[in-house]
Amino acid sequence: MKLTLRVWRQQNADAEGAMSTYEVDNISSDMSFLEMLDTLNEELIVKGDDPVAFDHDCREGICGACSLVINGDAHGPERTTTCQLHMRSFKDGDTIDVEPWRAAAFPVVKDLVVDRSSFDRIIQSGGYISAPTGAAPEAHAAPVPKPDADYAFEHAECIGCGACVAACPNGSAMLFTSAKVNHLGVLPQGAPERETRVLDMVAQMDEEGFGGCTLTGECATACPKGIPLPSISAMNKEWLRATRKVSR
Amino acid sequence: MTRTIWDSSVGKKTVMAVSGLIMLLYLIAHMIGNLKIFFGPAELNHYAHWLRTVGEPFMHYEWTLWLIRVVLVVAVVAHAVSAYQLSRRDIRARPAKYVNKKAGKSFATRTMRWGGIILGLFIVWHILDLTTGTVHPGGYEHLHPYQNIIDTFSTWYGNVIYIVAVVALGFHVRHGLWSAAQTLGAGKATRDRALKIIANGVAFLLTAGFVVVPVAVMTGVVS
Repeated sequence: MKLTLRVWRQQNADAEGAMSTYEVDNISSDMSFLEMLDTLNEELIVKGDDPVAFDHDCREGICGACSLVINGDAHGPERTTTCQLHMRSFKDGDTIDVEPWRAAAFPVVKDLVVDRSSFDRIIQSGGYISAPTGAAPEAHAAPVPKPDADYAFEHAECIGCGACVAACPNGSAMLFTSAKVNHLGVLPQGAPERETRVLDMVAQMDEEGFGGCTLTGECATACPKGIPLPSISAMNKEWLRATRKVSR
Repeated sequence: MTRTIWDSSVGKKTVMAVSGLIMLLYLIAHMIGNLKIFFGPAELNHYAHWLRTVGEPFMHYEWTLWLIRVVLVVAVVAHAVSAYQLSRRDIRARPAKYVNKKAGKSFATRTMRWGGIILGLFIVWHILDLTTGTVHPGGYEHLHPYQNIIDTFSTWYGNVIYIVAVVALGFHVRHGLWSAAQTLGAGKATRDRALKIIANGVAFLLTAGFVVVPVAVMTGVVS
């Protein structure tokens, strides 16, 4: 395959960025999108140019490091992570736009790399449980009803990649935060911090400069792990419940 | 608790949802009241008079009406201020746009802000036209809504302003009612389809119920 790439290049956080056009040839349809970018970078390095900086780690779709907006879609046209997107999703001769996540809370570090530490701070504010350390407790000590376990697992799938924020026209982190809140809030292990968790995480989310939810549904469409849109409503319900309980 | 709600984006959305639902309930009552125009001047004018005597003898003449007006003004202000502040937050949160843009959102979703502004301006015009009579075409007569309505819808601009506003209302309610339900925590995977159908249904009935009045005047069904 022969492709034309238009890639966002930005020297550093303070520099002005722009789209740069590159031609790549001999791309196999079995390559992942990141392997295609590796090919481009090898050529750039041989030419003495600065390679395109992009985040990646496991390349198995489970770490949440890769983060590219491809042709306007977070993680590209397939519902998966960028590393699991293959070039067979594109046609020979295509022009592909590659941009970084766009949000005030995700400032560009370089080229396609953004700083997602705002997500870490949301997790630090409440995305944990108070559990005694030491040997693993007996599994049957805390019974979890099957529907609750399923619900928790569904939300635990969130890998914190930030595609929801990138896809949202308001740069909102509601889907991410709701995944964490719902995952831990439904389990007995998460019950002691049920109220403070949702209040603190939502407050931190606001503090980081993420936008609010206007129910466009873009986040849930972009999410590679299929965190559903009603999760946001469930978090709103938790937040209202916690506000009532804490002020009592 | 009030501070917690107003300072949080989730809390402010709750204010928007509740104030929006108050206005929606009023609009449903208003729309049903308007339909009395099809039963002749006596019934509609009597209804206008009755609105001022609701709750008597406990309430004095027009007290109930003014109470409703105060609640509505509070709702409109709360809705507009929270919308303004939330919109500013949303716009600040996404300073750089994508070069390659996707038009994924529905028309109703995209036009919430402009739709809201249109509705705000319309409310001012509507009160000046049919409540105070300030901009009313022809001789405005207090407590004679039948003739006042016919006067308004006998002008081309009266029809255009009204129909544009009511269509904007339909789109606003379509996304707004669904969003309010989600904000108040009613959203569920098993319920969201029904919520969407309800929001679309209410939006459609409201639009149709309001639009039918100027159409009836234009076509001469009501004269």
